[in-house]
Amino acid sequence: MDRLVIRFCGDSGDGMQLAGGQFSLQSAILGNDIATFPDFPAEIRAPRGSTFGVSAFQVQFAATDVLTPGDQVHVLVAMNPAGLKTNLDDVEPRGVIIVNDDEFNRVNLRRCGYPDDYDPRDDPALRMRYQFFPVSMSRLTREALAESGLGARDMDRCRNMFALGVVSFLYDRPLEPVIRWIEASFGGKRGRPELAEANVRVLRAGFHFAETAEIMPPRVTVAPAPRQPGRYRQISGNEALAIGLVTAAHKAGAGLFYAGYPITPASDLLHALARLPHLGVITFQAEDEISAVCAAIGASFTGKIAVTGSSGPGITLKSEAIGLAVMYELPLVIVDVQRAGPSTGMPTKMEQADLLLAMFGRAAESPVAVIAAAGPADCFDMAIEAVRLAVHGMCPVMLLSDAGVANGAEPWRIPDPADIAPIPVVHPGPRAADAPPFKPYARDPESLARPWAVPGTPGLEHRLGGLEKQDISGAVSYDPDNHDRMVRLRAEKISRLATRLPPVEVTGPATGDVLLLGWGGTYGTIHTAGEVLRAEGHAVATAHLRHLNPFPLNLESVLRSYARVIVPEVNQGQLALLLRARFLIDVESVTETRGRMFTIESLVNRVRGAGIRSTPDRSRTP
Amino acid sequence: MTAGNLPVLTPADFTTDQEVRWCPGCGDYAVLTAVRRVFASLPHRREDHVVVSGIGCAARFPYYLETYGMHTIHGRAPAFATGVKLSRPDLHVTLISGDGDLLSIGGNQTIHMMRRNVDVTVLLCNNRIYGLTKGQTSPTSELGMQTKSTPGGSVDAPINPLALALGAGCTFVARSIDVDVKHLSGMITHGADHRGTAFIEIYQDCNIFNHGVWFYASQKETRPDHIVELHHGRPLLFGRENQRAIALRHGRLVEVDASADDVLLHDERSLGLAWLLAGMKSPDLPEPIGILYREPDRPTCEDLVHARIRAARPASQDAVGGATSDALVPDAAGCRALFAEGATWSVEPEPRRS
Repeated sequence: MDRLVIRFCGDSGDGMQLAGGQFSLQSAILGNDIATFPDFPAEIRAPRGSTFGVSAFQVQFAATDVLTPGDQVHVLVAMNPAGLKTNLDDVEPRGVIIVNDDEFNRVNLRRCGYPDDYDPRDDPALRMRYQFFPVSMSRLTREALAESGLGARDMDRCRNMFALGVVSFLYDRPLEPVIRWIEASFGGKRGRPELAEANVRVLRAGFHFAETAEIMPPRVTVAPAPRQPGRYRQISGNEALAIGLVTAAHKAGAGLFYAGYPITPASDLLHALARLPHLGVITFQAEDEISAVCAAIGASFTGKIAVTGSSGPGITLKSEAIGLAVMYELPLVIVDVQRAGPSTGMPTKMEQADLLLAMFGRAAESPVAVIAAAGPADCFDMAIEAVRLAVHGMCPVMLLSDAGVANGAEPWRIPDPADIAPIPVVHPGPRAADAPPFKPYARDPESLARPWAVPGTPGLEHRLGGLEKQDISGAVSYDPDNHDRMVRLRAEKISRLATRLPPVEVTGPATGDVLLLGWGGTYGTIHTAGEVLRAEGHAVATAHLRHLNPFPLNLESVLRSYARVIVPEVNQGQLALLLRARFLIDVESVTETRGRMFTIESLVNRVRGAGIRSTPDRSRTP
Repeated sequence: MTAGNLPVLTPADFTTDQEVRWCPGCGDYAVLTAVRRVFASLPHRREDHVVVSGIGCAARFPYYLETYGMHTIHGRAPAFATGVKLSRPDLHVTLISGDGDLLSIGGNQTIHMMRRNVDVTVLLCNNRIYGLTKGQTSPTSELGMQTKSTPGGSVDAPINPLALALGAGCTFVARSIDVDVKHLSGMITHGADHRGTAFIEIYQDCNIFNHGVWFYASQKETRPDHIVELHHGRPLLFGRENQRAIALRHGRLVEVDASADDVLLHDERSLGLAWLLAGMKSPDLPEPIGILYREPDRPTCEDLVHARIRAARPASQDAVGGATSDALVPDAAGCRALFAEGATWSVEPEPRRS
């Protein structure tokens, strides 16, 4: 077997994220490639047993490269009826379903809306379609802890470890990394060694149960995926952003200042940076989103690598200040971890519908650079790229991620910071009293960036403001010609960043019938769909945009190399709109807004349904 | 930075080449004079000053002061100032804005800077009107005030800036009057010397849209009966001959004869007294000017942030700060350790086939 998709599901308090996360880590350590999809409700503890309180964690692990968490679930672990009910449809026919038998009582069945005379475990249609494996996880957990002296509540909290033990045996995962984690997290700072011991005991009980019980499905093994040699760790998108920002500050030789206001799904970025005072990182939890971006701009004025982060609703609040940063021409990174909207929308669900907000969501002509991460590990590279562009262009940079990228995890090959190119930062030095006056809006002839003079430098005293600037001198100006020139200069400065961007790379035929072009978190799905279609003999190429403003210089020629350009997006066609406007190319927009990534299968079907021709000969031309 | 040899500065050193664009007769001119005078006397180099403002007439201040400056967006100056001060505690930050900016659109930013005790001197030019937008009611306008936006009279009660500052936990709360440049300069100096947020409300005349609103407090004919000057440890006296006084009787401040034996002595360390003083309002009682409250010992926000960083940083990382070098740069070893946090594993090169 070369790949397997497991999904853990249960109540939002059942510890499913934890069990899934540990299973992913075990798999990654074994050398499998992994991709994860945590899917949880916004409610912290929804009513027990309700369908809307179900929390799920899906992981695909494979002996080959995987770029998505997988379309169909091969193994579902359901801790209660609500989990089973809400996740059943995603399980493949003949798929394995392991349920916690003890939770399938009348009360719980009724809570999730099953009729009084119905139990899904007894449904002949379901029993035909799936392989059910009932396990009395609650009872076995309590029995394993009978001697522990723990209360019933604490005992029940260990059930997720029983489930993890069971699947660890079935899929040949070592327990040691989990045990190390349990001991570190309960035994160490929390000072609850008795809880550590209980969790380990239950984990082992689950493992041994699966080993001895004959009711379990046959054991399978997924071999390690071939990988570039090196040291690896598992990394989520938000972790990678935090580490990338710190690295960027290191390469820029400047301190890092991060200001944020709590918001799902961006808060983890604030959390990750807040525990790094030993690296000189200053974090500021502001009183609101506006204050966060304004404090970051204040920090940038003093020479910090300044970053603020949020999600859609918070980004809209920051709009006015981002416009000011456009006027100030100071480096600023704004991270938008997108979620399903509008308004509060579905805070824990992914969507990539803030592209036009990032591009245009400000008053008047206020261009900023816009880039997007293609996956969890790519967040590291894009965080560095965001800082590099912001400093080079003395401009705000919007860095787009999304809920799927932020919470999803994959293996990451740990780089050596020495291998990462420096980010040159120049602050002009003191000016002699008899030297000509400092010109805060004089520009570098190539980048058009203005000088980054910081307070404390004698002779460079200057005032920034939201009022229009006189070109070069920076004085307040209402001159019509000057305003026109400054509007164009600010736009030209962003456009010129394109000369520094890597070209768009195409996978598949370099010319032909169809190009699938995506951006952001859809990379894995689109890339894999392209492979599926090519394997079927279609002349389909795929390409992915990390830079959305400006576009890479070769984008237009790439687009013109194909008869049709199909743009799949988890929005209503925002990149498609930009491409049509910019290049007058009639791209075809394929969209879905279901609060989650589209599946590879649905994308493949949409592309097939779009009537592409099968041209096996051309598909093989490079 | 305050170390080393400080150049001798004059108010002219703080004057920019920009033409001042306030209306002739505006109270902001007097405030500008006081600020330039105080800046010249402070133990800070010119390049270590940062002046931050929001939006409004008073918010044009930075353009007229030859320092580093930021004219920002409406109401948010406190957040910019906080970002500057957290990043560079060695800089001397002054915030100048109006009542609409700091108490209406920026109310949230104002109270949170105060509760954090960021070391910023705040000059609130209170003219009780929106001037730059041509005369609408402001959060300090009197109930019933008729303006273009309230032709039937304002239905919103005015906010009390001093009480707001005290409620937000501000560690220095004072009041002064635009035309009393000597008193105003004194207050700004004390505010600048204070470590923590220093809030100074300035009665400021808008001679176009709200002319004379403070005349009871600023004109020499009426001032003695409507203003009581606060001095730490001294009795609360007022009147042309200092013949009147303030006493606390049955839990209320009352006007008494200066010869009464229970005349209140001002204690700027007493938060309870400051609350009572903040509530004094003409014509019932004279209005206090001077320092209502001062709490010099509370750590500032940036003290706490940087103490935490210093405690967490390896000793080798105690680099020197300065204008263009940042002491808080993450080092390569720290990055490497961060990269390898948690569980890691190695993928060995495939053995070569012979």
